[in-house]
Amino acid sequence: MKPPPVVYHGPDTVQEAVRLLAEHGGHAKVLAGGQSLVPMLNMRLTAPARLIDVNRLDELAYVRTDLEGVRVGALARHADVERATHAFEAVPLLRQAVRSVAHPTIRNRGTTVGSLVHADPCAEMPAVLLLLDGEVLLRSDRAGERVVKAADFFVGPMESACEEDELAIEAYFPRPKGRTGTDWRELSRRNGDYAMCGVGTSVRVDETGAVTSAKAAYIGMGPVPSVVDVTGADFSAAAEHAADQLDPEDDIHASAEYRRHLARVLTARSLKAAYEAVAP
Amino acid sequence: MTEQVHQITVTVNGVARRGEVPARRLLADFLRMDLGLTGTHLGCEHGVCGACTLLLDGVPVRSCLILAVSADGHAVTTVEGCCEAGGELGPVQQAFQDCHGLQCGFCTPGFITTITAYLEENPKPTEEEAREAIGGNLCRCTGYQNIVKAVLRAADLKRERESADE
Repeated sequence: MKPPPVVYHGPDTVQEAVRLLAEHGGHAKVLAGGQSLVPMLNMRLTAPARLIDVNRLDELAYVRTDLEGVRVGALARHADVERATHAFEAVPLLRQAVRSVAHPTIRNRGTTVGSLVHADPCAEMPAVLLLLDGEVLLRSDRAGERVVKAADFFVGPMESACEEDELAIEAYFPRPKGRTGTDWRELSRRNGDYAMCGVGTSVRVDETGAVTSAKAAYIGMGPVPSVVDVTGADFSAAAEHAADQLDPEDDIHASAEYRRHLARVLTARSLKAAYEAVAP
Repeated sequence: MTEQVHQITVTVNGVARRGEVPARRLLADFLRMDLGLTGTHLGCEHGVCGACTLLLDGVPVRSCLILAVSADGHAVTTVEGCCEAGGELGPVQQAFQDCHGLQCGFCTPGFITTITAYLEENPKPTEEEAREAIGGNLCRCTGYQNIVKAVLRAADLKRERESADE
């Protein structure tokens, strides 16, 4: 249960980190918070030849809010996102969901952008990015900067669109438009564990309180986080419809049928809570 | 292959400590093996049990999930540093003794550090908040009841000592 031998780089600038990735990309892993990578190293599930530690890139340790939304730098910890009141006011779903990410001690070190790149199908923040139609900014020596939309970012289980020579610089979570309520809820065997099923919802209403858009995002229900558009149905019908769209697998924690049951129950509750947050 | 080594300086419980470590040396192992500070315990070594929790720049983290080389230039507080200036038991340590909050003691350093930091953030937790605060630490002996009591007792002791100092 100790990491295998590895060559370590601790760049002081983004430019240096990107250059190291250009040189060693295929044999290197970026180490940010390390709350997923280091366990995998300890268990020898992965053995990169090199680690590029980005923990000295203080320029990426930010959570910024502007009129468009919230920008989370690669070195912002989950706890920074959780505590940033301006980010909560602009995009409430960020705090609603990040509080379900593991335990506070893990959130103190783990980074939100790292969680996106890691692309665990049970992780909360990828589903948040997807539900909000967010984006990830990537940088490499080869291609310079490029922006990837959330819908294109999560390619498979533990696989994101971030190429081997690219460094994820920032995640952008847009402000929901108009009168939009959001909610996050999930069920796990113990508080802080990976969810058997997690649901995030976003409900937009007009000034009369009529629902003009309703969406639900899921984790733990397939190889990648998924979003189901449930606009136009009442909430219990919407929950039925959404659960029918999902194809979860059986595993040691829960059967597929139980996960689908959870999706139905949690979706109905979550849509109701999101709606009530903005209903006139 | 000869492993590359790195010169690091970590301020441990207020004292700058130098070391020469391979990149793969975990912060917990640097403390235990290189510095002989065996108060920090390693349980699961993958971030689940919380036994190795220490304070990195005052913030609780898992020392089994941080490389020692990443901690270069930072400050660490271990359970050894959670005592009073004169070496007497700190409020959290005293509360664990008072409430019988430990049996085998293996998980205790992780609880002490976690609770020490938590009480800075929330000096007067409710019982429910106390339970939430220790949610990331596993104990296989006590059944947690006395640890919850110890959190509340530690909060009282800390306030008493702080008001006595004023």
